[in-house]
Amino acid sequence: MRNNFAETFFEASKRDPRLCLVVADISPAGAIDKFRNEFPDRFINTGVAEQIMIGMCAGMALRGLRPFAYTIATFALFRPFEMIRDDLCYQNLPVTVVGIGGGVTYSTLGGTHHAQEDVAIACALPNMTVIAPCDPAETRIATQWLTTQEHGPVYFRLGKAGEPDLTGNAVDPWEFGKLRYLSRGRDICILTYGPIAKMANDVADAYRAKGRSVSVVSVHTLKPLDVEGIVRALHDHEQVVVVEELSPYGGLGPRVKAIAWDTKARCRLDTFALDDAFHHVYGSHAEILAAHGLSRDKIIERLG
Amino acid sequence: MDASTATLRRNSIDVAAARRRCLGYRRRILDISQQVGALHIAPAFSCLEAIDTIYHELMRSRRGHSSQDTFLMSKGHGCMAQYVILEDHSVLTSDDFALYCKPGGRLGGHPDYGVPGIEASTGSLGHGLGMAVGMAYADRLKRDDRTIYTLMGDGEMQEGSIWEAFMMAGNLRLNKLVAFADVNDFQGLGRTSETHPFFYPVPEKALAFGWDAAEVNGHDHQAIFDAVAGRRTDRPMLVVCRTVKGKGVSYMENVPIWHYRAPNPTEYQQAIDALAEVSS
Repeated sequence: MRNNFAETFFEASKRDPRLCLVVADISPAGAIDKFRNEFPDRFINTGVAEQIMIGMCAGMALRGLRPFAYTIATFALFRPFEMIRDDLCYQNLPVTVVGIGGGVTYSTLGGTHHAQEDVAIACALPNMTVIAPCDPAETRIATQWLTTQEHGPVYFRLGKAGEPDLTGNAVDPWEFGKLRYLSRGRDICILTYGPIAKMANDVADAYRAKGRSVSVVSVHTLKPLDVEGIVRALHDHEQVVVVEELSPYGGLGPRVKAIAWDTKARCRLDTFALDDAFHHVYGSHAEILAAHGLSRDKIIERLG
Repeated sequence: MDASTATLRRNSIDVAAARRRCLGYRRRILDISQQVGALHIAPAFSCLEAIDTIYHELMRSRRGHSSQDTFLMSKGHGCMAQYVILEDHSVLTSDDFALYCKPGGRLGGHPDYGVPGIEASTGSLGHGLGMAVGMAYADRLKRDDRTIYTLMGDGEMQEGSIWEAFMMAGNLRLNKLVAFADVNDFQGLGRTSETHPFFYPVPEKALAFGWDAAEVNGHDHQAIFDAVAGRRTDRPMLVVCRTVKGKGVSYMENVPIWHYRAPNPTEYQQAIDALAEVSS
């Protein structure tokens, strides 16, 4: 994902001299290095100092530039939170905050590196847009959109690297603010976002093997949420499942439940999220998700 | 030679006129305090001479919002000093003050981006300098010849974000950035010199981060002007202003409650009667 972001950002930067990258000592990967070499003045490394990373982005945006702040998700969002709130959101400045390793992607680094609340926190901010693509191709399209948007701050939640392609045969094109059906069925609808969409796909395949017709939807734009799309999904399927790599508070699951209540949806609704806990375990990304109760088999077991 | 250079090459400023202006600004702020109690008088009085010098002698336009240069009030709660100067420059209006902190008005207790003459929102401390660093860097990138002035409080300088900004401004050699420190020695729970004795001497801290620095009497227009006019042009500059909180009204000077309290009618009259031009 991060390489697709970097490649796309680099290409866009050739066309728009306002695009700048402000990083906080994150090692330049792939095309980020190309951007740095090609546009050294537009690449700023603030070092291990995230508050000035966001403060500088705000000042640059106030002068008409289009900066992207870029570092590991915990440090991109949590450490400089008040700068994001006051400098970016309160002033409604077009700055993109790129968080690498959203959720528990950094599975060997412990809880200090787990952004398991990031989407909830970002969605709580007025004026903030929140986008979390599910695979490298979706990252590319979303990045293209981000490099041309002018309307305000965005939190862009990415995974890391090596995510599988999930959108090659998607039913819908990527459109900002709209649900994207990757596959369309009649019985079950799985709403998901980010790299955990792979697990959602695996769950869908298991139900298809049992003869069920399953939709899988990338809810890549968490805010503004496609409420109409959610309502349709709730009313067009007999069962809706939300699978997200986020704390159980403030994410997609609670939003869908609220919408279901408000619209008197009659479908069965199940939500799956990370535990409300710091698990002191290490291993692969899948192993940390499993420690939070998230795996294909555990979801199927709970769904019955 | 551009306008800025021309301004800064002058040797002296009209100090008598500056003192008269600041007397009027203090009166205006006291008048406003009788209309709405939600204002910070003493923090505005400590930095009034510095902001007056910035707007009248240093910035290259006397019309705040159309200025080529920028002023950010990092110490947002001192904004009344900025507001009355913007009113004097016809950027803000008397109608704005009539609706200060009231529904339908656009002026609040801290500067808000979008209000004429206000180029960034501040209020939470430790934000203005960082944004000023970003602005100064953007101006260099865009080859815009502007100078960014910003003013911080001494208590504000305890925020870690200030020192992140100091480090980056030094690293980037942002020579069009001039910051002022309003060192009035007071913060919420006491004297800064008692709670944070190793904050001093202040200029050395800035010098260590690759800045130029000078320390002046913060109520002396000429000294403030001279410090900026004589600065090194290859790095950012910090002007440390030694000031008195509540300067100009004797019963407010160095008395913590006047950080946020508004005078009652008797106290107001007493202040107006005793108000005189502040001399350095």
